Amino acid sequence: MPQFDPSSFASQIFWLVVVFGALYLLMSRIALPRITEVLDLRSERIADDLDKAESLKRETEQVIAAYEGALEKARGEASAIMAKVAQNLAEQSTAREQAFNSELADRIAAAESRIARARDQAAAQVRDIAGELATEVTAKLAGAAPAEAAVEASVDRAMTGDR
Amino acid sequence: MAGPLEQFEVKPIVDINVGGLDLSFTNSSAWMVLAATVVTFFLIGSMRGRALVPTRVQSMAELTYELVANMVRDNVGSGGRPYFPFIFTLFTFILFGNLLGLIPGSFTFTSHIIVTFAMAAVVFVGITIIGIVKHKARFLRLFLPAGAPWWTAIILIPVELMSYLSRPFSLAVRLFANMTVGHLMLKVIAGFIVPLGVFGLLPLTGLVAVYALEVLIAIIQAYVFTILSCIYLHEALHLH
Repeated sequence: MPQFDPSSFASQIFWLVVVFGALYLLMSRIALPRITEVLDLRSERIADDLDKAESLKRETEQVIAAYEGALEKARGEASAIMAKVAQNLAEQSTAREQAFNSELADRIAAAESRIARARDQAAAQVRDIAGELATEVTAKLAGAAPAEAAVEASVDRAMTGDR
Repeated sequence: MAGPLEQFEVKPIVDINVGGLDLSFTNSSAWMVLAATVVTFFLIGSMRGRALVPTRVQSMAELTYELVANMVRDNVGSGGRPYFPFIFTLFTFILFGNLLGLIPGSFTFTSHIIVTFAMAAVVFVGITIIGIVKHKARFLRLFLPAGAPWWTAIILIPVELMSYLSRPFSLAVRLFANMTVGHLMLKVIAGFIVPLGVFGLLPLTGLVAVYALEVLIAIIQAYVFTILSCIYLHEALHLH
């Protein structure tokens, strides 16, 4: 086998050392630091971007929280205003009702008193008319006018119902 | 028809002789240079854009970087960082040596025992020196597992010492043998195709399958060589 021919050993070892040494220098001085740099830069950049995204997310959450707080406050205010308005309306309507009721009662009372007065007047007039009528009817029938006191007494008797 | 061993012959391209030592630039040297050049272009050329969103080639270079970086992190652990460039060079050099060797008509320098042994020896000697510098005399504890009764040392120390000293040979032979046998098999099977005429289709199908297997082995052996180096380095740094 050519592998066991020692005549080429020196040359092979020599060139191996030269080429391997050169490659080692190229790798350790140029190639590997470059790749390390690129990989570090990339992982840094990714970490940065993640941080940025995280802070933006937190900001968004804050804004949402603030917005929701404002909305909640506005809702509270609106319901307070509505409650106040409803209360006002209820108060006004009860006040009006009360006023209306008392006026109604007043008017009813006045009307009733007028009616009572009219009835009394009418009753009095009916008595007078009945008296006059009785006197005239008696005068025509009997030819002589009855005594005024007797007429009044009989009219009163008739009007109160006991004959 | 060339014999199956011809592909392993080292032929000088430029004769160089230094003090009676033959240091000729051979086809082996040429393929080493080519492998190193491809690695360099692959890793430096693809990263020229330094793109935040990588292109395909840049992504492949980054994947290779991360593969070796993870290997070093998982198998060497703390203190492995300074040796990362060496491990990376080792992995890419062997990987591209193996893969380029699969191009028909090419030369596979990793199929030469002297090359694999030289790399294994550098790894072995380097790791031993690192261990001794870091732990001084305590490095010898590597040969006596912790918690073993003292009298077992009579057996354990020679056994551990033997297994430690055989490491460079097993590393070297594993890679060399895998590459050599694979290429021999390809050559032998390929040799059947033409003489068999129509029936040559059968070995041709087999050749395609074996070639696919060899590509896999080329990657796996580069990985195994590197990961074993990482494990040995871990032992030297952390003593079990």
